[in-house]
Amino acid sequence: MSEPNYLTTDYTLQSWFLTTDHKRIAILYFASLIFFFFIGGAAATAIRIELATPQADLVSSDVYNRLFTMHGIIMVWFFLIPSIPNTLGNFLVPLMIGARDLAFPRLNLMSWYIFMLGGCTTLFAILAGGIDTGWTFYTPFSTLYSNSYVIVAAAGVFIAGFSSILTGLNFIVTIHRLRAPGLTWYRLPLFLWSLYATSVILVLATPVLAVTLLLIATERFFGVGIFDPRIGGDPLLFQHLFWFYSHPAVYIMILPGMGVVNELVSCFSRKPVFGYKFVAWASLAIAAVGFLVWGHHMFVSGQSLIASLVFSFMSFVVAVPSAIKVFNWTATLHKGSIHFDAPMLYALAFIGLFTIGGLTGLFLACLAFDVHATDTYFVVAHFHYIMVGGMVTAYFGGLHYWWPKITGRLYSEYWARTAAVLIFFGFNLTFFPQFILGAEGMPRRYHVYPPEFQVWNVLSSGGAAILAVAYLLPMFYLGYSAFFGARAPANPWNAPGLEWQTSSPPPEENFETQPVVTREPYQYNEAFEAEPQNA
Amino acid sequence: MTEWRPPLALVGAWLALLGLLALTVTLAYVPLGAGNAVVALSIGTIKAVLVAAIFMELRKRHGLTLVFAAAGLFWLGILLWLGLMDFMTRT
Repeated sequence: MSEPNYLTTDYTLQSWFLTTDHKRIAILYFASLIFFFFIGGAAATAIRIELATPQADLVSSDVYNRLFTMHGIIMVWFFLIPSIPNTLGNFLVPLMIGARDLAFPRLNLMSWYIFMLGGCTTLFAILAGGIDTGWTFYTPFSTLYSNSYVIVAAAGVFIAGFSSILTGLNFIVTIHRLRAPGLTWYRLPLFLWSLYATSVILVLATPVLAVTLLLIATERFFGVGIFDPRIGGDPLLFQHLFWFYSHPAVYIMILPGMGVVNELVSCFSRKPVFGYKFVAWASLAIAAVGFLVWGHHMFVSGQSLIASLVFSFMSFVVAVPSAIKVFNWTATLHKGSIHFDAPMLYALAFIGLFTIGGLTGLFLACLAFDVHATDTYFVVAHFHYIMVGGMVTAYFGGLHYWWPKITGRLYSEYWARTAAVLIFFGFNLTFFPQFILGAEGMPRRYHVYPPEFQVWNVLSSGGAAILAVAYLLPMFYLGYSAFFGARAPANPWNAPGLEWQTSSPPPEENFETQPVVTREPYQYNEAFEAEPQNA
Repeated sequence: MTEWRPPLALVGAWLALLGLLALTVTLAYVPLGAGNAVVALSIGTIKAVLVAAIFMELRKRHGLTLVFAAAGLFWLGILLWLGLMDFMTRT
């Protein structure tokens, strides 16, 4: 009979919904995020089916507006932002630092309830008829003209923001206060550096979003002139406030993904991460400089030329720490003993896709090119390469890597590799044609288009079908493995991190005795020379 | 058993905030030209200091807590600096 663990301590519903165990709360988030991922994915599916032909076949223009708005809002706030921090982060932060739990376990549970309240509020807005403003809620449309459920959806996002703040706060305090003896800052796994940087952004940026959404409500309900120029407001003020949060939010999404990739590249190259300190500080540099670039979303908005020049320059600057990471991952691979296990396939896919997304971001940081590409499919392709090609790929990689720890079971390596390869090809087939469409001038957010764009749109929709199948596959083989998979050993990858030094799944208290750290991180070439056991 | 009483500092700060709110509303109706904005922002700053020092108890804190509080202020500065850069240089 196996040792008692956090999954087997109690089977009642109450033990799950009132738990303060960070591992169980991570599972609650995981289940919730799958739900929201499918809703956002369903909207994307409808969009791609509609765009397979130049004319409107499936939906009206008004319904189309509501579809892409629903896709954006659900995916950004109810999947991408919480995905890695609230699932893998919640599960792993205490385990990686040798702690029993997060610093504020009850706050952690409360953040899940707040998240669900925000999610349900937004779902209500969708079920009641949806909203048509786009996920950016741009004024004056959102405050004056839209007759859809703007305030309800904004309220949902507003509420979910508090969940983000609480999670960020919890991580910051935990990493500062609960590290095991000997676990100095430069011995922390780089995943934790990136989560720390993410948490700083969550705490500093999210309140600005909350204020901005409140201002929308104030103008819509009370007619106070904030964004409407007819009553003394300024519509660009909304864009400044919104992007002050929403551009750093891109880094909230991608930084945890980068953190996961550090762990994967190091483990499956059997080498320490090249330039540990540079990678660690690059995370904080991205968090800090990421706050200085928001105006590149506003180059054609009427923003002053001087402001545009400054934001353009800063956008080039923020690429430097991102490039440091990419170069350091590549250097880590150099002369490594590389294993192409499923998590590594995801990590390699991440590096390639993120690089394409990042480099096309530099195109868009150029004022002249941006004027041509703004609001075209080039932008859509760019940010999907970062958010889906980068972030979602890293999420899947991390999920596979830590799955044996989370569930105590091993999954089918064959099916996992198949899914990883399918995701890579499906993703590129979906979004690479959109770069071409954008460069040729196809605007985003239209459901009808000239016939000469159809070839690229058909390719994109075909890729989306492959991608949908590829995203569904893990549901089956991971789901199967959770119940019927072979039992996982405590350390299936022979990795040196603290989370691998306890049983799989871990006991409720994480460690039987307080771990003490005496070594630098990622020492694969010293005490852990054995090969991964899951191949 | 001792009876619980709200700390005087909290009550005092709350009353001060209410007083400053009343002052803000009153002065908004007094035509001071550009002075209206200056007065409103000054009162707002005093309110923020009261909240930070009394309700957030920053007056009793040291080190890292103050660094994080200052970071919040610094980031607000970034928002105002880069946001105003657009408004001040727009043609």
